[in-house]
Amino acid sequence: MNTQAEILVPGQGGEGEALVLDAPISFWGGVDAGTGRIADVRHPQCGQDIAGRVLFLPGTIGSSSASAVLLELVHNGHAPAALVLHEPDAILLLGLIVAREMGWQTPIALRLARESFGAFQGRTVQVDDSGGLAAA
Amino acid sequence: MALDLSPEERAIAGGHRGGGAAIAMRIVAESGRLLGAPRLIPIASAHIDGALYHGDSGTLFAERLVEGGAKAAVRSTLNVGALDLMGCSKVRLEGVPREMARRMTEAYRKLGCEQSWTCAPYQAGHRPAQGSDVAWGESNAVVFCNSVLGARTNRYGDFLDIACAIAGRAPDYGLHRPENRRATLVFDVSALPASFLAGETAWPILGSLYGREAGNAVGVVTGVAHHPGEDALKAFGAAAASSGAVGLFHIAGVTPEAPDAATALAGSEPDAVIHVTAQMAAAARAALSTAVKTDAIDAVAIGSPHLSLAEFDALERLIGGRRLSVPFYACTGRHVLTVLEQDGRRSALEKSGVTIVADTCVVVTPILPTLAGGVLMTNSGKFAHYAPGNTGYSVLYGSLGDCVESAVLGRPVFSEIAA
Repeated sequence: MNTQAEILVPGQGGEGEALVLDAPISFWGGVDAGTGRIADVRHPQCGQDIAGRVLFLPGTIGSSSASAVLLELVHNGHAPAALVLHEPDAILLLGLIVAREMGWQTPIALRLARESFGAFQGRTVQVDDSGGLAAA
Repeated sequence: MALDLSPEERAIAGGHRGGGAAIAMRIVAESGRLLGAPRLIPIASAHIDGALYHGDSGTLFAERLVEGGAKAAVRSTLNVGALDLMGCSKVRLEGVPREMARRMTEAYRKLGCEQSWTCAPYQAGHRPAQGSDVAWGESNAVVFCNSVLGARTNRYGDFLDIACAIAGRAPDYGLHRPENRRATLVFDVSALPASFLAGETAWPILGSLYGREAGNAVGVVTGVAHHPGEDALKAFGAAAASSGAVGLFHIAGVTPEAPDAATALAGSEPDAVIHVTAQMAAAARAALSTAVKTDAIDAVAIGSPHLSLAEFDALERLIGGRRLSVPFYACTGRHVLTVLEQDGRRSALEKSGVTIVADTCVVVTPILPTLAGGVLMTNSGKFAHYAPGNTGYSVLYGSLGDCVESAVLGRPVFSEIAA
């Protein structure tokens, strides 16, 4: 299966197991900045790891420190392989914008309608740096 | 719609004023593009929340701006950091994290930010004029700035706050635009008893309820007969911005953009009217507490947002020279600490058992002793919201008077006027 998505923030493509979140997440307080593990006990996928995954986000809850958590994950090597968002979240994506300014290797962030997220669940997804997604 | 940069903005982004300013301008422009802003607008000041240590990357970013010769182009105050730089309380941050937090502090000083280290900059002399555009971070500071001062800011997150300060610009978007400041929701408290509305606890309780009901909508509170005072509005906004994504509220007859409800609504019908009942207020009050074990308390924390001098006056009156039997943390900024030190008030408070926490607070950095099953009492709606997740303590909510009496006795006592 191949899909073309809009690029929100350019970056490195990558490959990883899809993680399609069932509920919106707040990165600050919701994701461990040291490990990339989902730490919000109220989130249905608490305990899952976002590091190295192609992360599909149906929505985010806006703590203004979400950018700091994503920047920290990029810096310590625990960022997702790629991020796929239903709609742009300027606070979260700021983490990638700042990481790019720092010259760090950053994952690409794409926009795709959340209705098409389900088809990727459980599959290994390849993302190229021009916004193409391919599920194996 | 594409973001249109002026020739000067493009030149700065290209490095005309150095590498640091270029990074800042590019970050502001890129955020503006993601937000769909048509242009950038000049700002009069900034309040920076990004100097709180969350990990090494934030320190490295600030140092990169310093290396690039960046300086804040507008007045920029700093929100709390992870360290008590005045040495009033002991922060249990050691080794590399402590050193990286210290380096972060130093980097923001070199960027030209004022060493205010407070989440109540508006009580430390930073009060932008009504109608001016500013870029403020920290949810309670944002909501106070918009609602009580009538200056215009969005909720600026980490890194974008300092980038706007250096660029002197912000994306023209959201609450900077007058049409987005109109109330679409009415929150009517006229059915609540006057005795409840006149008390201190009404404001954090109603703020917490308001935030849950309003989410990110702009609302107007009606039925408030008298200006409740700035510290009450501070408590209302902080609680509202903890339970909801509130950036701006109006109170008819009290806040500057709402001489009356019709003005706040700009002549339109509201999308929703919430008639607040005594039962709703009582439920909101109950929801502020999470403690199950309520026969003893382990600590009291007050001062979120940071305590004003008037709040310290009230604290001293309530303590009345007595000795507190559990740890009692009073968080404030150096703008208040300096005054308390001038006439021996700090040492008198400390003799009573109060630990003053300056430049930081107990929910953003490890100050409270690690204590499984610990119970923290507070009069702050914001502490009540964040303490369980950030400190591991469960919370009991009560008035300042109840917090003091409970701290004297070591067990919770409540003497509150019910809603």
